[in-house]
Amino acid sequence: MNILVLLKMVPDVVEELEIAPDGKSLASDALRMILSESDDHALEQALLLKERHGGVITVVAADGPEVDDALYTAAAKGADRVVKITGLEAGWGTRGLAHAFARVISTLPGLAPFDLILTGTQAIDDLDALVAPSVAYELDLPYVPIVSRVQVDPAAREADVFKEYPGGVRGEFAAPLPAMLGIQSAEKPPRYVPVAKVRAAMKTVKIEPAALATAADGGGPLVYVLAMAKPQASGRAEMLEGAPEEVAAKLCETLASRGLLAGRAA
Amino acid sequence: MSGTIWVLAEHWRGQLSPVTYELLALGREVADALGVPLEAVLLGHGASGLAATLGCADSVLYGDHPALAEPMAQPYAEALAALALENRPAAVLIPLTNVSMGVGPLLAARLGCAGVNFAKDLTVRDGRIEAQCLLYGGKIQACVASAGGTVIEGVWPGARQADQGRSDRVPPVREVQLSLAEPRVRLKQYVDPEAGDVNLAEQEVLVAVGRGIQSQDNLELAENLAAALGGAVCGSRPVIDQGWLPLVRQVGKSGVTVKPKLYIAAGISGAPEHVEGMRDADVIVAINSDPSAPIFEVADYGIVGDALDVLPALAEAVEARKG
Repeated sequence: MNILVLLKMVPDVVEELEIAPDGKSLASDALRMILSESDDHALEQALLLKERHGGVITVVAADGPEVDDALYTAAAKGADRVVKITGLEAGWGTRGLAHAFARVISTLPGLAPFDLILTGTQAIDDLDALVAPSVAYELDLPYVPIVSRVQVDPAAREADVFKEYPGGVRGEFAAPLPAMLGIQSAEKPPRYVPVAKVRAAMKTVKIEPAALATAADGGGPLVYVLAMAKPQASGRAEMLEGAPEEVAAKLCETLASRGLLAGRAA
Repeated sequence: MSGTIWVLAEHWRGQLSPVTYELLALGREVADALGVPLEAVLLGHGASGLAATLGCADSVLYGDHPALAEPMAQPYAEALAALALENRPAAVLIPLTNVSMGVGPLLAARLGCAGVNFAKDLTVRDGRIEAQCLLYGGKIQACVASAGGTVIEGVWPGARQADQGRSDRVPPVREVQLSLAEPRVRLKQYVDPEAGDVNLAEQEVLVAVGRGIQSQDNLELAENLAAALGGAVCGSRPVIDQGWLPLVRQVGKSGVTVKPKLYIAAGISGAPEHVEGMRDADVIVAINSDPSAPIFEVADYGIVGDALDVLPALAEAVEARKG
């Protein structure tokens, strides 16, 4: 099987996010970029499929902070080719990124023909589009979002996938190959790869550049951020302060007074 | 009619989703502010009967086709694009749910128009729609406008109360013929979850754990507190993905929606996908080491601290009170 995996870097929200002086974007010096979580699952799902069926995994990501790390890590986990798109204009959002992915997939030698494209179903900064449906539209591929299980019948040229619905319901779909899947969760948690293996990949793996001819890619953003802010604390929550024992006692008192420990007091 | 506000009437397995009424309530406000009609767009096959409860809208546009028998992203987007090209709506409101995911971006791509994701509210200023969007897992709010022409607005559940969008008025329905390709993706079956040992929706007290619980071994801390309170343990997505809790214990978009009397969220940041499943709990207690975690926006009581310290202290305090 020939599997393409599209990766995207997003700000690590465990870090404090700061608004830039323009009031419309995040302060980039305070940002730590990490691989989008569902993209990590997409890579894992690709690795599981390769283990089952053999084949080649090509990982594609756009240039940016920490992206080399993500690509070397993917290679250390078992990706066969890693490609970095350069020349993507800042501020074009997910739609521009999706367009760049589609362009590179159709033009870089060896990426087509492919059987599957896997990418995260959604990223936390996908303000103007999602990668999976946008690329699916440009390349005219069948598309299923929120996928949490993938089984492929290579002979039948068909993928059998589970899409998540509310309430724990799963929809089982058949998608003809080649197809685009927006992955929510791989069948197993993404594997861990030791730092030593990533370092080894840095020495042996070549990141292939794929330059975009932006002049031909016109258009530009259709969506504008007018202002960005941290959500204002609604003031709704009463904050309890103190050592764990103190806050526990306070909360217990409050819950009891609201009848929420009723019937519990023996 | 050009300039109309459209709301996609989401339905699944024979029923309109509550979020449809939420979006109608929101769409009503936007349409009134712009002085244009509000129209619900209902797509399906043999589903015209669902139009009767959409009277919050001035009218219902119903598109019937075998390809629309299931709410799948590609045929839905194809149908909406055909209808939009003919009717030129000012905006199309689409719920950000698992059922409708992908419809908005596909529609925006087909129409070559602006698409906005993650809106929690829409307002009208100077005759223009502005979306208040929750980005980065709910940690940043952005006010977003678009370039003009039709805009596709993806709206989180919870923007308005569903009851505000319900109406006894039976709306006029115009049915249109659609010509659509046969969907390439085929639904084989729906798989309902296996019944678990507990039904989360019936619990009066839930102790929910998220990434902040750090390891499966620490689940015991939540279980002890749940036992002391006479409740059950549930979790947010990362805990389920790690396999620390079974799928039937997941609260949120892909899991169960719960309304317990008491919901204690420990080590849960409060991404919109989780909040959607628990925001209607009577009393919400949030424990998180990050004071800027969005979970504190929906909580009644907040504790900034390590869940691994607070959970056992709380269990002990509850037990001590029982005497």
